[in-house]
Order: sequence, then structure tokens, then C-alpha cells
Amino acid sequence: MEELDIIVCAKQVPDPEAPPSSFSIDRESMSVVPHGVPPVTNPFDENALELAIRIRELTGGTITMLSMGKSISRAVLLKAMATGADRAVLIEDPAAEVGPAAGSATARVLAEAVLRIGRFDLLLAGRQAADTNSGQVAIGLSVLLGIPCVTRASSVEVRDGRLLVERTLPDSLEVVEVSPPAALITGPEAGDLRYPKIADIKAAKGRPCEVLHLADLGVEQSGAPRVRLLDLTQPVRERRCRMVDGESGAEAGERLAALLQGKGVI
Amino acid sequence: MKGELNGSSGVMVFAQCSGEKGMNRLAGELAGLGMRLAKDLGEDATVVVCGPGAERAADELAGLGMRTCLVEGAEAVAGSGCVPATVAGPLCLRERPRLVMYGHVPPGDEEAVRLAYLLGAGVTSDCTAMEVCDEREIVLSKPVYGGNVMARFNPESYPYVVTVRPHVGVAPEPGTSVVGEIVRLEASDLLPDGDDAARRGATLVSREQVPSNGVCLEEAGVVVAGGRGMGGREGFESLEKLAGLLGGAVGASRPPCDSGWANSASQVGITGKIVAPDIYIAVAISGSTQHLSGMSDAGTIVAVNRDPDAYIFKVSDYGVTGDWKEVLPAFTARLAEMKRQEG
Ligand SMILES: Cc1cc2nc3c(=O)[nH]c(=O)nc-3n(C[C@H](O)[C@H](O)[C@H](O)COP(=O)(O)OP(=O)(O)OC[C@H]3O[C@@H](n4cnc5c(N)ncnc54)[C@H](O)[C@@H]3O)c2cc1C
Repeated sequence: MEELDIIVCAKQVPDPEAPPSSFSIDRESMSVVPHGVPPVTNPFDENALELAIRIRELTGGTITMLSMGKSISRAVLLKAMATGADRAVLIEDPAAEVGPAAGSATARVLAEAVLRIGRFDLLLAGRQAADTNSGQVAIGLSVLLGIPCVTRASSVEVRDGRLLVERTLPDSLEVVEVSPPAALITGPEAGDLRYPKIADIKAAKGRPCEVLHLADLGVEQSGAPRVRLLDLTQPVRERRCRMVDGESGAEAGERLAALLQGKGVI
Repeated sequence: MKGELNGSSGVMVFAQCSGEKGMNRLAGELAGLGMRLAKDLGEDATVVVCGPGAERAADELAGLGMRTCLVEGAEAVAGSGCVPATVAGPLCLRERPRLVMYGHVPPGDEEAVRLAYLLGAGVTSDCTAMEVCDEREIVLSKPVYGGNVMARFNPESYPYVVTVRPHVGVAPEPGTSVVGEIVRLEASDLLPDGDDAARRGATLVSREQVPSNGVCLEEAGVVVAGGRGMGGREGFESLEKLAGLLGGAVGASRPPCDSGWANSASQVGITGKIVAPDIYIAVAISGSTQHLSGMSDAGTIVAVNRDPDAYIFKVSDYGVTGDWKEVLPAFTARLAEMKRQEG
């Protein structure tokens, strides 16, 4: 198989593992404000980057990270690049729409950026961003670019010059063959992103990083089909918990069984 | 009015059927929701099915009172009973619905996005509520930030595509309204150039079914779920024993699925299954937002966790602080004993 040039789309998001109390809503600007939550690379995009690195180990080639945001943390970017990206292309613009109402604007801008990057064989991205949970950008991008798209890709194999992608579906395992250019979309099924070594982080600092603004791409974000954000609220999930204890865990377990039966729960 | 500007009207539901079993539960829920929204809009609702089992599903859906469109000769997305975007696209161009609905389960969640981009339409995934305001405005709710925040949206252009979570719609009782018309369409009329795999450019090489563990997670009255703290496959065997005793299904948070201790189909949460059983027993699960947003509508939530400060206790009705290795066997044994006594 020839060398493959891979683009990995990766967004920065507030760390999704932060406790619920660290997110609040600013009604004025209609946005979610994370308090003391550091940005991280969207976890599913990290899975995509890991898959890209494994593909490059098989075929050789290059990995370009493509990211859009109002402002992109260079430290977070470097950490991801250090695991194996060769270069980055950033669309960094205060006017970039990346919030819950971004809709297909994001996919449109990224499609322009991909065309500008030019030649590529594979486009990899995570299934959804942990902040918008919208799950449309990666598939949408493949439709806009007119390339086949394989979702839930967990691993890739090259056999007789053919690119075989394994898909992990809820009730089955599938293998499909695709010919580049194609999009592969993934999540935890591709495995965790490897850790960079300190030396790799230093080396990553020297890798090329091109910064673009929306105007450079000449796309009107407002041309996309739109939704209007009406409001944001925080769901109330808390309940009053009745704690059951005992001299030992076993005793507490027995008491719990008796209590649940007594209350008619079980 | 926006809808009339580009001539779109009505609600079109793309339902998934489960082969021999006809329509699945979600299809009934979407039919109910679709009909309610259409009524509020003063427009029509249509449900579309294709693939294996579609004939039976069409009869059942028409029996719920819905106009039903059966696309004959169209293949469902491989192994799923879901109407593919390549079939839905031409149908939407022909019927011009204002609102298009898929269920938010694989692969409908993906087909809906493909369809939206093929049509140049907007799309919102994972809607947890939908209503019509001021007669014409459609308002959608969906979780963002992993379920920490709910956002409400209003489409500004039509057609608009949504995916709807299980348990959001309510299936009408069969036989309570006039049987809907069944419209038969030939796939070859919709897709004169043929379908599908070739155009998508990915060809299926093999498929291997992953054995499922019996009780359907989404439909179970009792779910016994384990988290990272189960420590391995053996831990899940204890959960299976308890679930078996209660006639329930086994669920999991994400880490056990990633580690292969639990089947990936048993993941509960924003990127797994959305469940609302009568009883949810969460064992060694910390209570991340992403997990909670898949199960917080359960009737009664019971948590076992060795960390007294675990967030899961804040969202539970009953809790035990302790090691599941001590608590669970005693709990299961006591329940078994009580069951025996009941006879
Ligand atoms: C975009 C995105 C989507 C996600 N989607 C989902 C999803 O759909 N579903 C999901 O579940 N997660 C999802 N996650 C992951 C989620 O953020 C959490 O990481 C995950 O839910 C944590 O699982 P856990 O509670 O099992 O593990 P942990 O948070 O590690 O908790 C383990 C718990 O076990 C307890 N414990 C350990 N040992 C024992 C013992 N012997 N006895 C009793 N208790 C013990 C500990 O006290 C702890 O509370 C998603 C994350 C992202 C970023």
C-alpha cells in the first residue's frame, strides 16, 4: 500500500470528566461557563488520532491535525501533536462558531479547510464532541466532501493492497473495504491515545503549525442551515438518598434487600 | 411562514423494524410523537419502513393510526432494519416533509445526519423533548456538555432533521384510532440509478454477530449495572447472577465496555443506551454526568459504592457504602431467599 496522508479533525473542549458543579450557565451570553475546567483534546478525537498513528505505522505517510476554535490552547495542542502528528492547521477566530448552535457551520468551514490542505487519503475524526454532543460534524464533512465514510472504526488492516476497516457495532463486528479518499469516524472502540514522552513534546514544538482565519477560507458561516438557541438550563437530577448501613458490608447488603422488598421496590 | 416558504409540510418518521418481530418499541414511540407534533402543527404525519420485517411493521404502524409508507425493494442499512439516507433522501425530496425524525439509536443516528447533509438541511441529534409553540414553531431539547446542560433550539430553516431518544415519545394504543393508509412505493422509482453501497464507496467484507445476553437492556424493568470498580469479568458474573434473579438486564458504565468485561451493547449513558427501568442498581459506578444522562429517569435508583462521597449517591434513592464484593453476594443471597419463601 502506498503511503497515506491523514487529516485528523480534533476540537478542544472543557474537560468532560470535570464534576457537574463546575459548569454554570451565563444567561446574558447564553453560554455554558466552565469554572476551573482545563481545555483538553476532545476524547473521541484523541481516539481518532490514535487510530491515525496506528495506520501510519502500517503504511507510512503523514498526519495533519485540523482544529477550529475561538482560541486554541497551544499546550493542549502540543501534547496531542507530540503523540505523532506531523503538522497542524488551525482555524482560530473569535468569530468561529463552536457552541451548541453551531450546527452545520462547523462542517462547512472544516470542509473548506480540507480542500485548502489539498491532497489527503484519509480523514479521521471522533464521533462527537464532548461539549456540543452534536455528532454531526464528522459525517457531515464526509457528505460535503463527497467521500465514503466508515463509522465506528476500531482498527485498520492492509491486506493485498486493500484497506480493511473493522467496525465495532453494538451487536456485531464488521469488516469493510474502502478506497481512499475516505473518512473514518471513531470513538473509544479505537483505543486510548498513547502518552507522549517529554522529549516528544519538545520535538513537537518545532513542527509546522499554520493558523488561518475564517476570512482566509472565504466561507460564510451564516450560509449554513440554522437553529436558534432559545435557552440553556441545568437538569435537576438529585434525589434524597436513604443510606443503609450495617456492621459489615454483608449485613448492609442484607438490610438493603429487606428494605427494598419491604417498600415494594423489588 | 418558514415552512411554507420552501413548501415543506408535515412530519416524516423513518422507523426501524426488527425483522420477524415487526416494528420495534422505538418505532411506536416515534409514531406517537410524530402524530402528536403533526396534529399540533395542523399537518400530516407519515412513517416510512423498508427491509426485512417491513411488511409486518407497516401493518402494525398503520394500526396505530398513522399513514405508513412501505418502500419495497429497498435494502435497509445492513443488519439493522433502518431506512438508509440514500432511500430517505429521494423520498424527502418527493414528499417535502417539514420535520424528519429518526430514532437516536445506531445506525439511525448516523443515517439522520447523512440525510440532513444530503438535503442541505439542519439536524439536531438526541432530542429529549419536542413540542410545537405558537402553532408553528418547533422547539427541541437536547443534552449538551455530557448532559450537564439542556439546550432548547428552534429550527430556522426547513426541512429539519432530528433524532429522538428512546422513551421520549409515547406509542399510541393499537386500535384506538382509524387505521392509517399504507402506501407502497417501489425503490426503483425512488432510486432510478440503483443503490447504495457502491455510491458510499465502502463494501462489506464480513459480519460477525456478537452474542447478546438475553434480556433487552432498553426494555428491561430492572437494570443491574457495573462500573470500573467491578475490576474485571468476574465482577460482571456477580451482576449477571443478580440480574437473572430479578429478571433484569446487565448494564455498564463505559470503562467496563472499553476493557471488554462487558459487551459494548450494555453501555448506558449519553453515548450508550438510554434506559428508564423501574429499578436501576448501580454498582461501583461513580456517577459521571455522561452516565447519569442515560439512566437518571429510572424509577428507583440504588447505588453500591465504597466511596461515601461518590456523586452517584446524590442521585440515588437508596445507597450502601461498601465494597461490592461484600455487599452484593449478601444482597443477592437474601433476595433469593425471600423469593424462595414467597414460593
Ligand atoms: C464524550 C464522552 C462520552 C461518554 N459517554 C459515556 C457513556 O455513555 N456512559 C458512561 O458510563 N460513560 C461515558 N463517558 C465516560 C464518563 O465520563 C466516565 O469516565 C465514566 O462514566 C466513569 O465510569 P465509572 O463510574 O464506572 O468509573 P469511575 O468514575 O472510575 O468510578 C468507579 C467507581 O467505583 C467505585 N469502586 C471501586 N472499587 C469498588 C469496590 N470494590 N466496591 C464498590 N465500589 C468501588 C469507586 O469508588 C468509584 O466511585 C463518556 C465520556 C466522554 C468524554
